[in-house]
Amino acid sequence: MSAEPAKRKTDIGPPHYEKFLPPVIKENYGKWKYHENPRAGVLVHVAHSGAKLWSVRAATPRLMSIETLRLFAAIADEFCGGYLRFTSRNNVEFLLSDGGKVDPLIARLEKEGYPVGGTGPAITNIVHTQGWVHCHSAASDASGVVKSLMDALFPHFQKMELPAKVRVAFACCLNMCGAVHCSDIAVLAVHRKPPRINNETLPKTCEIPSTVAACPTGAIRPATVDGKQTVQVIEEQCMFCGNCFTVCPSMTMADPENDGISIWVGGKVSNARHEPMFSKLAIPYLPNNPPRWPEVVEAVKHLVEVYAKNARPFERMGEWIERIGWPRFFKLTGLPFTKYHIDDFRHAGESFRRSAHIRQSSQG
Amino acid sequence: MADRKTPLLDELEKGPWPSFVKEIKKSAKSPMVQDLLGQLERSYQEKIGHWKHGGLVGVRGYGGGVIGRYNDLPKEFPQVSEFHTIRVNQPAGWFYTSEALRTLCDIWEKHGSGLTNMHGSTGDIVFLGTRTTELEPIFAKLTEAGYDLGGSGSDMRTPSCCAGQARCEWACYDTMGFTYEVTQTYQDELHRPAFPYKFKIKAAGCPNDCVAAVARADMSVIGTWRDAIQIDQAAVAEYATGGKLNIARDVAGRCPTRCIAWDGKTLFIDDENCVKCMHCINAMPKALAPGKDRGAAILVGAKAPIVEGALLSSVLVPFIKMEPPYDDIKELLNAMWELWSEHGKNRERIGEFIQRIGLGNFLEQIGLEVVPEMVTQPRTNPYIYYQLS
Repeated sequence: MSAEPAKRKTDIGPPHYEKFLPPVIKENYGKWKYHENPRAGVLVHVAHSGAKLWSVRAATPRLMSIETLRLFAAIADEFCGGYLRFTSRNNVEFLLSDGGKVDPLIARLEKEGYPVGGTGPAITNIVHTQGWVHCHSAASDASGVVKSLMDALFPHFQKMELPAKVRVAFACCLNMCGAVHCSDIAVLAVHRKPPRINNETLPKTCEIPSTVAACPTGAIRPATVDGKQTVQVIEEQCMFCGNCFTVCPSMTMADPENDGISIWVGGKVSNARHEPMFSKLAIPYLPNNPPRWPEVVEAVKHLVEVYAKNARPFERMGEWIERIGWPRFFKLTGLPFTKYHIDDFRHAGESFRRSAHIRQSSQG
Repeated sequence: MADRKTPLLDELEKGPWPSFVKEIKKSAKSPMVQDLLGQLERSYQEKIGHWKHGGLVGVRGYGGGVIGRYNDLPKEFPQVSEFHTIRVNQPAGWFYTSEALRTLCDIWEKHGSGLTNMHGSTGDIVFLGTRTTELEPIFAKLTEAGYDLGGSGSDMRTPSCCAGQARCEWACYDTMGFTYEVTQTYQDELHRPAFPYKFKIKAAGCPNDCVAAVARADMSVIGTWRDAIQIDQAAVAEYATGGKLNIARDVAGRCPTRCIAWDGKTLFIDDENCVKCMHCINAMPKALAPGKDRGAAILVGAKAPIVEGALLSSVLVPFIKMEPPYDDIKELLNAMWELWSEHGKNRERIGEFIQRIGLGNFLEQIGLEVVPEMVTQPRTNPYIYYQLS
C-alpha cells in the first residue's frame, strides 16, 4: 500500500497582507495624519501618534530578474528590516522607520542602477504591456519604447518641476493591457492593415460564427474558398482593431512595414479638479523604429516641453488643453490636424463642435 | 553556453533608466532566457513579434491563472517553444518582506525562466516563461508557501488596490482589507472562468484613484466622504505665508464647483457643493483632510476599447459605508453577475452590456433604486419606452 498522497491545496487565495507590513504601519494603520514630499522619490507619512514612515521610491523596468528581486530583498534587510512594496506604476518602495537611513539608502539604490524619484509634479514610471517580449498581438515592442522614453524623460523623474504630474502609459495594441486610454500621454502601437486570412488553417482553428461576430463594424463575412468554409473581410470597413485575431488565430494583423505608434494626450483618472477623461489623438502614426524609436521619443519629449512651458501650476495636460482649446494646442505643438483626428466610430458626433464658441484670431 | 550576439538589444543597456535588457541578461544562465534573447533580437531586426496565439494550458481544476504562450520559431529557439506566463495573486497593496520575495524567487528559479513582472497590469505577480510540465510543480510549491494563482480569461480577475490605510491619510476605507475579503470570498469565480467576459475589481481609497479604478475596473470602488472637509486653519495660514502656494489662485481658483472662499485669513468651504474631488486636500495635505463620515462610491463598467469602444465606469451607488464583511457589496456583485451571466453576450463586458440593455433596465433587474447621482443630466431625447402597468 502506498502512502496517502498529500492533499492538493487549491483556492487558498493570496497570503494575508498583514504579515508583510512593517511594525510602524501595523501600529498606525488607518491613523495617518498627513504626509510631505521633501524631495523627489521620498514621501514622509506622519501618524496622529507622531510616528513617521519614510517611503523611498526607486525606478524599475518592471521586467525583472529574480537576481534583482534578491538584490532588493538584501537592500531592504540592510536598511529597513526587510520591508518593501511595489507601486501601481511598477516602482519599488522601501519602507523605513528610521529617517537617518534615507540618504544612505538612496546612495545605495543609485549605485546599483535603480534611481530614486517619481513623486509629485514629475514623470514617473511608464505603465506598459509585454510587446515583443511576450505577446502574440503586439504591434511594437513595449519595454524598448518605454526604456527609450524614460531615458529621455529622466530629468523629470528626478525633479519635481512640472506644472503637475504627467502620467505616461504604453500599450502595444488596441487591447490596451494598461490604462493608456486615460493618460496625460498615451503611446499606443497600432496595426494599419486588414487581417491576413489563412484559409488553410482557419477552418480548423476558428469558430466561424464567433469570428464573424467579433468584428465591431460587421466587416467579416462567412465565405467558401476552394470548397473550405472560411471568412472574408470587407477591407474598406476594417479599422484594424485586431479583435478578430483575438478570437481567430488564423487572421493575423502584425505587419513589419505598416505597424507603428500613435500618440494620445490629455487623459486622467484622478477626480482632482477636472473629472476623469480619456486621452485624445495627437499624432496618428509614427514609424516603428527599433531599437530606440527616435521619432516617438522626440514627439513625447516635445509634448512634455510645450506643456511645461505653457501650463499653469496644478494643470494636468488635459486641463491645460481644455483652457487653451485644441486649435491652440495644435498650433503650439506644431502638430498637423488631419482627418484621422476626427472620430468616426460609435459616438463620433459627440466630439463635433456644435456652437459658435471658437477662439478666433486675426493672425489666423 | 556561448552568449548570444544581440547588437540591437545592447543599445537598450545604455542610458540612466534601468534596462530590461540588463535584467534579461541577469537571468541568462537559463537556456530559456538565452533563446528569449535570441528571439527578441530577431523581433528587433524584423519588427515583428514571434509569439503565437495562446493555447489552453493550466493547472488541474483551474481554468485561469496560466497564459499559454508558444513561439512560431520552435526550431531556431526551442527553449522558448513553450514559454507560458503564470499569474500569482499578489498580496494586497503589493507589500512584501524580503523573506517573501526570496521564497517566490527560489520557486521561480527552479521551475522557470527567472524573469518576472512586478507587476502585471491587473496587479498579479507575473512569472514570465515556463514549460507545461513545470506548471503543476510550481503550483504545488506556491500553495505550500501560501500563494495561489490569479485570474485570466472570462473570470473575476485578481482584485487590486492602493496602499489605503496602510500608508495614506486620505484612504476613506480599508482598501486592503476589502480587497483581501473579496478575493477570498470569490476564489471559485477567480479560478474557474464562467462569465461572459473578464470582470475586474479595483479598490481606490480616495478620489485621487491611484489604481485607475475608474478607467480599468468593471467595478470601481472609490473612497469618498459625506460630511465637511476637516480644516486646520492654523495650518492653512502656514501654507498662505509659506510662499509656495497662492491659495486664492491655486486652491480656491481651481475648485471645480467654486465652493471655496479665501479672504486671506480664513478658508471657508461650502461643503454642500463640494464634489469631493481632492484638489484642495492634495494642495494642502497638512491643513485639510477628508471628513469623518467616510465610505465609498461604487462605479461600474470601465474598459479599454475592445469591442465597442472604451468606457469609464459610471455611478451605481453614490455612497456606501465600507464595513466588513461587506455583505451589501457582495449582494450587489452577486446580483450583477447573475444578470450579466444569463443575458450577456460572449465577450461582452458588463459596461457594454449595460449600454445595450439600458442603465434603467439594469438597475431594475438588480434591484437598485434609481437616483440622480447616476447621470450628469436627465435625458434630452423624448424616445421613452413607457411601460403601462
